[in-house]
Amino acid sequence: MLHHIISMKDFSRDEIDIILKRAKGFEPIAKGKKSDMLSGKILATLFYEPSTRTRMSFETAMKRLGGDVIDLGSIESSSVAKGETLADTIRVIGNYADAIVLRHTREGAARMAAEHSRVPIINAGDGAGHHPTQTLLDLYTIMRESSLSNLKIAIVGDLKYGRTVHSLAYALSLYRADMTLVSPKQLQMPDVIKKDLKKQGASVSETVNIEGVIDDIDVLYITRIQKERFPDPSEYQKVAGSYRVTEELLKKARNNLIVMHPLPRVDEIDPAVDGTRYARYFEQAFYGVPVRMTLLAMAMEAL
Amino acid sequence: MTESGANTDAFSTGSSKKEMRVRRIKHGTVIDHITAGQALNVLRILGISGTTKAVVSVAMNVPSGVMGSKDIVKVEDRELEEEEVDRISLIAPNATINIIRDFEVIEKYKVDLPDSLEGVVKCDNPNCISNTNEPVTSKFIVNKKPVELRCIYCDHVISEGIAEHLI
Repeated sequence: MLHHIISMKDFSRDEIDIILKRAKGFEPIAKGKKSDMLSGKILATLFYEPSTRTRMSFETAMKRLGGDVIDLGSIESSSVAKGETLADTIRVIGNYADAIVLRHTREGAARMAAEHSRVPIINAGDGAGHHPTQTLLDLYTIMRESSLSNLKIAIVGDLKYGRTVHSLAYALSLYRADMTLVSPKQLQMPDVIKKDLKKQGASVSETVNIEGVIDDIDVLYITRIQKERFPDPSEYQKVAGSYRVTEELLKKARNNLIVMHPLPRVDEIDPAVDGTRYARYFEQAFYGVPVRMTLLAMAMEAL
Repeated sequence: MTESGANTDAFSTGSSKKEMRVRRIKHGTVIDHITAGQALNVLRILGISGTTKAVVSVAMNVPSGVMGSKDIVKVEDRELEEEEVDRISLIAPNATINIIRDFEVIEKYKVDLPDSLEGVVKCDNPNCISNTNEPVTSKFIVNKKPVELRCIYCDHVISEGIAEHLI
């Protein structure tokens, strides 16, 4: 059985717990301790959409584990530009690599790729769909920097198009987290997702104001409002800059609050917050490495 | 049981067979208890158009004791396949299928929504991988009450206007 990693919905709470527990053991390697766990293995990265941190943290994870990385390169100069289907590309690359990390513009691309692949597919984002490795590193950050039990979290920003928040909210429902969804009316979480969360038994409430919840949460998870996901640019202009985390806002926060952001940020977090006790977004970016090491090792059956 | 026993009530104006709106069929399929207004969609699912040679009878908005009103479709010399029945269940969940041979109902069953559908419905998310030139067949997980189809690729849910999405 291949260890594809497509959607958080494919994971049980127990499986997530195992990944998070194993990731801790990879932290020293992520910081530079030598390892040859994946020596002789090759990871292929196929990014049909731009990415810096996801791609680089996968490459870092693979290389620090002693493995190699091959890359599709730019879409314009590859076989994709000649009209090759994703299914064919996957079949071909599967002959070269031991696992494939895929980011694609279309929802469901990773699921389809898995149907055609002889090596594990790791979904690094499919359109507005899933981004499970981001969710796992978010959960890991919460586990390391706060706590996943009795968690009270506010998820803020674009909850309509943001793929990370859909996966995250679903995963948090497995931990029975108390979630407050904070977004402009136009960018509320789609009903179908809220219904799923409630079916899981999650406690979910919605508001448009961050101020009303800031004093009663353990984690503030804020996301960028993604211009590229808006079909209509004028709709983007209406909601751009809706939320901003500042030192002033955080005065009302609990002492142990942590602020998370999947990055890149635009203006959602005032740089003055970076030096406060609350900021954890750069740690969060680091945690992507041990979490992805765990997933690579599992996918390539080294664990 | 004869075909008339199975469903001619719906086709007749009373109990008398003389007043039947549509004649009994010798061989074929009678689809009864179709949700009123869906008969033409049923024809579409069965691939029956103006150029079809088959003998087809359609009754629409027929008074029905249980349903208030219903549609009925009779197709002569054709026994429906399971996949066609699955499609019909999407738009007419209460429909009954009567297979007729020599004027006798040799099989009668209610349509039943399958747990999953493959290649029957098109995902209505334009950005779904199943709506591309990739070698992929649409696949949905079916929720029966209420009827909702969830695309296994993009997670998009179709709950309304399912007939418009039939392939």
